[in-house]
Amino acid sequence: MRGRQPSLRAAASALVLLAAAGCATTATDPRDPFEGFNRAMYAFNDGLDEVALKPVSRAYKAVAPEPLRGMVRNFFANIDDVFNGANNLLQGKFLDGWTDWFRVIVNTSFGVLGINDVASDMGLEKHNEDFGQTFAVWGVGDGPYLVLPFFGPYTLRDSGGLVLDWELDPVVRARPIALRNSLIATRFVSKRTDFLDASRMLDEAALDRYVFLRDAYLQRRRSLIYDGNPPRERRPQE
Amino acid sequence: MRNWIACAALAFAAATGAQDTPPDELVKGVMLEIQAIVAQDKELQAGDHAKTIALIEQKALPHFNFGSMTALAVGPAWQKATPEQKKRLVAGFRDLLARTYANSLSAFRELRLDFRPLRMKPADTDVTVRVRVLQSGAQPVDIEYDMEKTVRGWKCYDVRVAGISLVVNYRTEFANLVREGGVDGLIKALEAKNKAAERPAAAAAKQ
Repeated sequence: MRGRQPSLRAAASALVLLAAAGCATTATDPRDPFEGFNRAMYAFNDGLDEVALKPVSRAYKAVAPEPLRGMVRNFFANIDDVFNGANNLLQGKFLDGWTDWFRVIVNTSFGVLGINDVASDMGLEKHNEDFGQTFAVWGVGDGPYLVLPFFGPYTLRDSGGLVLDWELDPVVRARPIALRNSLIATRFVSKRTDFLDASRMLDEAALDRYVFLRDAYLQRRRSLIYDGNPPRERRPQE
Repeated sequence: MRNWIACAALAFAAATGAQDTPPDELVKGVMLEIQAIVAQDKELQAGDHAKTIALIEQKALPHFNFGSMTALAVGPAWQKATPEQKKRLVAGFRDLLARTYANSLSAFRELRLDFRPLRMKPADTDVTVRVRVLQSGAQPVDIEYDMEKTVRGWKCYDVRVAGISLVVNYRTEFANLVREGGVDGLIKALEAKNKAAERPAAAAAKQ
């Protein structure tokens, strides 16, 4: 216990310093009142990504062929489906919810512990749900945009959802600790690897990467909450 | 989700069809044609920059209305811009988009596409064409093309990939730059970004 304290404190003070440095920027967007803090967190995450996560993901992509990476991806996606189903049921989408759980049964058995997504091939479509979306459906507003250290872009509501997602996550609850840690790390690297192209595109497309990523995240969340059919904003007159 | 990029790239596909081709058939024709071309071309798959740009210029870009796109992305400041400024804004935005998508074209080939039926009335002049990209182990990704009817046929004025609108996403960035340095500031930022991106691309082409 004692041994952990200094490193934790060092990490915390580094974050505070970064946050203080970032506060020089004035917030201009009503959705993002903590822009100074968020930019600092973004810089922190980006730095960490650059020195650790991105190199590891590139190595993973180089070493593991796509079929293997696909199995890893599917294994974790199968676990996610348990919660996709739960969240769909909590949102009153019963058919979707039962579909998700049927997917788990099919993929865990015929798909050999989920490493093959045979359910999708059968036409059982995968969904993307989490507690943040469920809260939104229940009427909770977005709240301010937040960039969390290590976790990246969230809104206040979705951070609340994240706590539940994380609490109930069987990967996080796996024991012994060594197994849990390697599962979390593997899942993280697997997801990051899938986004290697996307982050390269962000570099190419964005004039201000922070703003571009924030707006993309907020648009994406809105789309997910409405299951791909958000009420269309009218086209402004030219 | 890993295929967002490829989807975004596919979003820029375009056809050579007649002017009155219905928008959904137009999108389908163009996407399938580009996919077929990439499938047969090793250089395109390897990401040959000059060749990719040429393909995009010929097949995809003619079906986009970059004037509308730029006006929507720039927002209120567009009204105040001079014709010369508008011209440079459109050119800068067009270059930025074309390059971004050209760089992701090589991921195109393996996508499984599901063209969704379009419900439109004959009098409609503004429709959304939807294409789903199916993938193993992940939710299908929707690509949506907002299309408007013009005298030169149906033209795309916005693309949404997984619910993220290109035009909307640039709106805040552009507004920030206009607030800081006026329309000229935005033009300068766009041109600087394009110039900076040309150099590595040119260097890669020489290798």
